[in-house]
Amino acid sequence: MKNFSRNFLSIKAFYLAFSCCILAFSACAGDTTKVAFVSGLQPNDNGLILPAGFKATTFAEGLGRARHIAVTSDGVVFVKLAKLKDGKGIYRLQDTNGDGKADLVTGFGDFTGTGMTVRNGYLYASSDVAVYRYRLDDRNKVVNPDQPENIVTGLLARGEHEAKAITLDYDGNLYVNIGAYSNSCQVVDRTKGSPGMRPCPVLDSAAGIWKFKADKPGQTYADGVHYATGLRNVVGLDWNKTTNTLFVMQHGRDQLHDLFPDIYDTKQSAELPAECMYELHQGSNCGWPYIYYDEFQHKKILAPEFGGDSKKTAGEDAQDPVIAFPGHLAPNGLLFYTGDQFPAKYKNGAFIAFHGSWNRAPEHQKGFFVVFVPFKDGKPSGEWEVFADNFSGSPALTASGRAQHRPCGLAQGPDGSIYVTDDTKGTVWKISYNK
Amino acid sequence: MTKTLGISFSAILLIVACGLLSLTNKSFPPIQKNGPVQNVSGLKVSIERGKKVYAEQCLSCHQVDALGVSGMTPPLVKTKWVLGDKTTLVQIVLKGLTGEIEIDGDTFHNVMAPHSELTDQQIADVLTYVRNSFGNKARAISAAEVKVIRAKTK
Repeated sequence: MKNFSRNFLSIKAFYLAFSCCILAFSACAGDTTKVAFVSGLQPNDNGLILPAGFKATTFAEGLGRARHIAVTSDGVVFVKLAKLKDGKGIYRLQDTNGDGKADLVTGFGDFTGTGMTVRNGYLYASSDVAVYRYRLDDRNKVVNPDQPENIVTGLLARGEHEAKAITLDYDGNLYVNIGAYSNSCQVVDRTKGSPGMRPCPVLDSAAGIWKFKADKPGQTYADGVHYATGLRNVVGLDWNKTTNTLFVMQHGRDQLHDLFPDIYDTKQSAELPAECMYELHQGSNCGWPYIYYDEFQHKKILAPEFGGDSKKTAGEDAQDPVIAFPGHLAPNGLLFYTGDQFPAKYKNGAFIAFHGSWNRAPEHQKGFFVVFVPFKDGKPSGEWEVFADNFSGSPALTASGRAQHRPCGLAQGPDGSIYVTDDTKGTVWKISYNK
Repeated sequence: MTKTLGISFSAILLIVACGLLSLTNKSFPPIQKNGPVQNVSGLKVSIERGKKVYAEQCLSCHQVDALGVSGMTPPLVKTKWVLGDKTTLVQIVLKGLTGEIEIDGDTFHNVMAPHSELTDQQIADVLTYVRNSFGNKARAISAAEVKVIRAKTK
């Protein structure tokens, strides 16, 4: 923190210069720039870079691996941790004096995990193998912090994509991601020369979304409805109230060059495939592992493990993405904004927290930001833009991937502010708009 | 005066080193198929070759700085997995690694593919490179040692 204060002025100066360069570049590049920086994106007091009029406070810090986050109707914040802090896996954060910082912090729960959501007087939390819920009292205190109800147990976790991201609809259903225990369904995972398996056996028990009853304790894996398939791994997901449907962000496959150096060079491998948003319905199929989405060709491309050559299309039975983002940025949080605090363009649009890439090496890493996509009538109505940037600490730390913070979870507070978690150091920011 | 002496001394060292190098080159082929890589020039050559193997086989997961990826790919810097027992290290390259491993309280679970298709020399080179780069310092591993370990690893 000391280092950060010392460097802040120079970072601020750098970013002013950097923003000018970006604006100048955007002007020259015209339509060819896909990433539109919000004009006036400017540094915030704590290092984040936000559009004009927005301010971020450091709501909490030092929680460690802070994953998903939920906020109650009276502004009590709950954060799920992927590593216990002082023996606790969930933290309750309350800002009792309204200064934008949590001053009442309590931990409970002895399990690690990712999922966290709140609904109808209950806090839902997931480990990598189960979903639990805690009853909240009328002041949103956890009634029995040592004895949550087991909503679902025995979920599959085989050491790859095991985080169980969760969300709820408004009809009493719980949606759980069961990630593929595989990169691209090869016989031997991530191994050059190992063929793809068709049919892919992973699809029977993973690589999809399973639906359970939100209020029925004691469910097992077998009680779940296989809601959607062909999704390699989903961490960011949210129920869209406008469309009354589930939207998910898929983590696309890795290692096209490592596994198929004759087809993909390192640059292509860094940019492909796209990270995709899908709108799901019962029975949706998004195509993994047989296809991936190429955002440059705007096509579903046959995966090389299944005979693809980077050009052959396939997956006629698979859905098209709602929107596609650059490869490997790792979307870990999705939030449809329903508040009234932010300017009108944000209403019903999507915020996405990109955890940041690793599989772009030797190319520079990218991501470590929160983006915004405007929506109208349940569909994207414009290009995506970076909303909050510089979680990494500097462009150099972004490029090396040695980010100081990595955005993960998103939630909206009752006043229309949004919260962002970081699972590197466990910072929680509250972002508000003040004209 | 000291500077001149230093330069002269360096020059002499360089001449001696070059002499030794040419002698070495005459006595042995520069790439020893199975012999130990313990002399300085052999080490340097092995590290250079290893760097290429690293870039092709390891970098995309373990990264440019070998510090790995949080929660996924373990770092290769100053850890007993890299600096410790050669047999375990060579076997990880040959057989790959699945399941969670722990380093200093952090866990990593990305799948590492087996790399048994690499030659004994390539494995020796890349491990010698990793054990002598990124702030690491450990003895070189020879192709002969890899060969013995490979024979025992089935």
